[in-house]
Amino acid sequence: MPENRYVPAPRPGQEHFTAPVDEGGLGAVDAVDTSDAPSSFWRESWREMRRRPMFWAAATIILVVVTVAAFPGLFTSLGPRQCDLAMSLQGPQPGHPFGFDFQGCDIYSRTMYGARASVLVGVLATTMVIVLGTSIGAVAGYYGGWFDTILSRITDIFFAVPLVLAAIVVMSVSTNRTSFTVALVLALFGWTSIARITRGTVMSVKNNEFVTAAKSLGMGRGAILLRHVLPNAAAPIIVYATVALGTFIVAEATLSFLGIGLPPSVVSWGGDISKAQNSIRVAPEILFYPAGGLALTVLGFIMMGDVVRDALDPKARKR
Amino acid sequence: MTPRRRLAGVGAFALASALMLSACGGGGDNTDTGEGTDGGATEGGATTGIVTVNGTEPQNPLTPGMTNEVGGGLAVKNIYAGLVYYDAEGASHYEMAESIESEDNQNWTITIQDGWTFSDGTPVTAQSYVDAWKYTALLSNGQNQQYFFHDVAGWSDTEDSEIAVEVVDDLTFTVELIAPSADFELWLGYTAFMPMPEVFFENPDIYSDAPVGNGPYVVESWEHENVISLRPNPDYEGPRTPQNGGIDIVIYTDENTAYNDLLSANLDIITNVPSSAFQTFESDLGERAVNQPAAVIQVIQVPAWLPEFEGEAGNLRRQAISKAIDRNQVTETVFGGTRTPATDFTSPVIAGYSEDIPGSEVLEYDADAAKALWDEAEGMDPLGDYTLQIASNADSDHQTWVDAVCNNIRTVLEIGCEFYPYPTFAEFLDARDAGEVPGIFRGGWQADWPAMSNFLGPVYGTGAGSNDMQYTNEEFDAKLAEAGAAETPEEATELYKEAQEILFRDLPGIPLWYNNATAGYAETVDNVQFGWDSDPILHEVAKSE
Amino acid sequence: MLWYLGRRLLQLIPVFLGATLLLYALVFLLPGDPVAALGGERGLPEAVQEQIRQRYNLDEPFLVQYLLFLQGVFTLDFGVDFRGREILDVIAGALPVTFQLAVMALVFEAILGIGFGLLAGMRKGGWFDGSVLVMSLFVIAVPTFVIGFVLQFVVGVQLGWLPVTAGRDPNFRSLLMPAIVLGAVSFAYVLRLTRTSVAENLSADYVRTARAKGLRRSQVTGRHVLRNSLIPVVTFLGADLGNLMAGAIVTEGIFNINGVGGTLFDAITRGENVTVVSLTTVLVIIYIIANLVVDLLYAALDPRIRYA
Repeated sequence: MPENRYVPAPRPGQEHFTAPVDEGGLGAVDAVDTSDAPSSFWRESWREMRRRPMFWAAATIILVVVTVAAFPGLFTSLGPRQCDLAMSLQGPQPGHPFGFDFQGCDIYSRTMYGARASVLVGVLATTMVIVLGTSIGAVAGYYGGWFDTILSRITDIFFAVPLVLAAIVVMSVSTNRTSFTVALVLALFGWTSIARITRGTVMSVKNNEFVTAAKSLGMGRGAILLRHVLPNAAAPIIVYATVALGTFIVAEATLSFLGIGLPPSVVSWGGDISKAQNSIRVAPEILFYPAGGLALTVLGFIMMGDVVRDALDPKARKR
Repeated sequence: MTPRRRLAGVGAFALASALMLSACGGGGDNTDTGEGTDGGATEGGATTGIVTVNGTEPQNPLTPGMTNEVGGGLAVKNIYAGLVYYDAEGASHYEMAESIESEDNQNWTITIQDGWTFSDGTPVTAQSYVDAWKYTALLSNGQNQQYFFHDVAGWSDTEDSEIAVEVVDDLTFTVELIAPSADFELWLGYTAFMPMPEVFFENPDIYSDAPVGNGPYVVESWEHENVISLRPNPDYEGPRTPQNGGIDIVIYTDENTAYNDLLSANLDIITNVPSSAFQTFESDLGERAVNQPAAVIQVIQVPAWLPEFEGEAGNLRRQAISKAIDRNQVTETVFGGTRTPATDFTSPVIAGYSEDIPGSEVLEYDADAAKALWDEAEGMDPLGDYTLQIASNADSDHQTWVDAVCNNIRTVLEIGCEFYPYPTFAEFLDARDAGEVPGIFRGGWQADWPAMSNFLGPVYGTGAGSNDMQYTNEEFDAKLAEAGAAETPEEATELYKEAQEILFRDLPGIPLWYNNATAGYAETVDNVQFGWDSDPILHEVAKSE
Repeated sequence: MLWYLGRRLLQLIPVFLGATLLLYALVFLLPGDPVAALGGERGLPEAVQEQIRQRYNLDEPFLVQYLLFLQGVFTLDFGVDFRGREILDVIAGALPVTFQLAVMALVFEAILGIGFGLLAGMRKGGWFDGSVLVMSLFVIAVPTFVIGFVLQFVVGVQLGWLPVTAGRDPNFRSLLMPAIVLGAVSFAYVLRLTRTSVAENLSADYVRTARAKGLRRSQVTGRHVLRNSLIPVVTFLGADLGNLMAGAIVTEGIFNINGVGGTLFDAITRGENVTVVSLTTVLVIIYIIANLVVDLLYAALDPRIRYA
């Protein structure tokens, strides 16, 4: 039963819209390569991106965060778990630029070491959610009918499962709790919103004239979905995913706090944020550092998302 | 109340786990009027304001037989009257009892006062006690408190059997214990030993909403998850005369919230200060802050099933861990002084408590000695690269002190040490009872009644209900039996101390600290005291309208 | 249209069966024995536990338990929970206040999120765009507990402008602060979704056409840009209602509201199968209805989307 039967009624004001493959202006910019339209689209996007200062700012932030996550030892000589209760909540002093947390651990060192687990969980979970949610949502929205009915109802069922319940069950059977398993649990029960958003946007985008044009040119449905519909539906997906990245990092801490996340020996921003909450009446400033790391990471990805979206959108590029 | 409630909620809520308020030093001193003056109780005249106090949603109907956690306990204490009640210092006084007598500490004859009634108008008789006790003790009635009659002859936890409690006449009944117990009278203020009216046996369902009791207060209304409204019982003529117009137990799921409500005078009394305010509550509240030792002890239990803690080397390791923990620093820093470093296996509010039981030196922090003990053990039975796990149900407040203790152990003993959290209490219990906990684990004990025996037998006695580490020592068991049969309380106390010497030798559990009563009240109320059991003595609180 | 509606409502049945079965299985698989935990640290005698298991059908095989649960659903008799309270009462006690709270949060995040997002999107790269970016980063990085705690402490305790807690008297005024706290993270989502969609649509050809036709900027924005930008936003909002209702644990705790989030969490940690499954099922039904409304809104926002 087709839920959204395709009605090729032109949208008012869109008569002059042209599909990206046929962008006349682009050919002039990139005169060398006109052989393969879709590949030129991606290459063109990449070229466009590199021209934007915002891209370099975002790339720098992400690079810094990833380097810290990969090699925290390069940035600090102190271990994150060398703690002396006597130093509890002491302010900054030489060798300890951020001061000490409640347990008397060096906050600077913990912020450096906390990056790995947090960034790993955040990026892995976001990637999985994008893959899972986007494919299910895109198929449901694009093909409609039975596909939509079945996939949407499966989405509904998955929505029903409270994360805590699922996490307790899944984590109690997993013998090895790593960033990957935590990300998997978060993704498995966190893809429903992104699927709904993709579905809605795809339903709207697939009615555009360039889709009709591609169809009349004989392009297959799958190819149209991948090359024309998805890039044009990417904006909300990217936006949702970049914000979700931050919430996943926080969610990891919630799970760990409940004993169903990473083992307590793992240092993470989320974990330090939740530990800092207990000191909020006396030392709210210790919250600042792990939360700052988290905010910086999210900022990097939000900016990058913006650049990528602009690059994917030929209309924005033309300006 | 039973020790520690189940994990019932998130974060700070679970802090309620070890509910802990206690005896103000000068218990009977009713003239302590705090700072506020507007609600002062004047000589001989009761005030009429409704006192609000924070609580948690009772997990059972409000009956003596079912209520086994702190949420319901506060209400049950105030709506029932038993044979005796405890004053702030934990001394027992007759409430309904006329006399409690025995020749041999084993066969007891109890006479109650005439003229008491339940709030439905029916009289309280010897039958009310006998029926209630037998009902709770009968296995097939499925009562949570069934265990508490296990020292009464005839009790069984494997089949239905009647306990040896018999009516002699309207006001007299007898109890036969399985063994002599010198402190039997002290037990009787515990809620499991309260009487029940006939209506309970006819229609127990009413206790989910409108319990019928015989205490200083009656339940006027019970809005679940919101508020339990208690009002003075006009027919109550016992010694616990309400000095206020009633009590509203307001249900909170987060102690931080209750504390903020107290600060903004929306709440009169909080029974437990949230851990986030440990460092500030004494300056926030001034003289209205309460912080005194309570009848709650926190222990790390060392299970018998771990090979590394067996034998001589195991014993050295137990000592090493104990001496590696800087209790003074942890209680001062992590708990902001709301815990008192332990010096024995009981509590400072219990009669007979002693600071210097031989062997208690093992509780003193000594990094060098600890390391030497551990190395000595390694010499006998090497473990090599070892990580000690400290298990508990997950709960931020436990993680905080476990982290601190682990930092101590890592630094001093140069071994690994990690928190091992279980997401639900049920899972923790399962692992513990199956002997699968991969390390030592948290244990806490809140006394049911103010007696030394209650801290020792139920926890360390062979096969006892809360002997979760499966400790067994015949010498210790014999010492407890001897103490139970002692002629005088003094003699019993000495024997209990000797029993603790055995515990210090074996270290089946490593005592950490005593929980303090950490509480506070607003300027709106006066004469707020906390009992030995950490609960506020609500009938004495004065509040003007 | 009616046919479509009817069909969608019929689909509730398989979703109901699928969701309850999955949830029941998950609660069944929860590690640990919930009955053993009822006795607290002291524990209950094995015989007493056995009795409790019988009373709650916990000794039956999984499928029998599930069918008994379904029977309870169809006779509207869910039975009592481990505390002896009618499960229907428990749900009825938690649901209305949570629903009110979630709707208030939804309205808050929708109005402010769309408003701010629209302004930011229209002046992309401007100072306002920059400030809302910082604002959304703040909301994402600072945990709900801290936002709630600080707001409660400053606005409630120190300034006394709004009630500190809402539990005893949930009304518009007392729920205002909790609703803002609850909607904060979703506000960031709505804001960023709106901003990006608006920015994207502003460059669309039809906008230029409309401008060329002489329409004023405000008309173009209201009639064309915003309308065309709203699809991902309403999708998010529709799905968010359910999330707000189920996920308000922290907010409920801070403002002492006896709501669905806390009730559900407690029920999960206690292993109360019937409470968990029935409460979640109610949430799923609300979620599905909200999504159905969203699907119908698509057709209103984008006339090319049609349902038969």
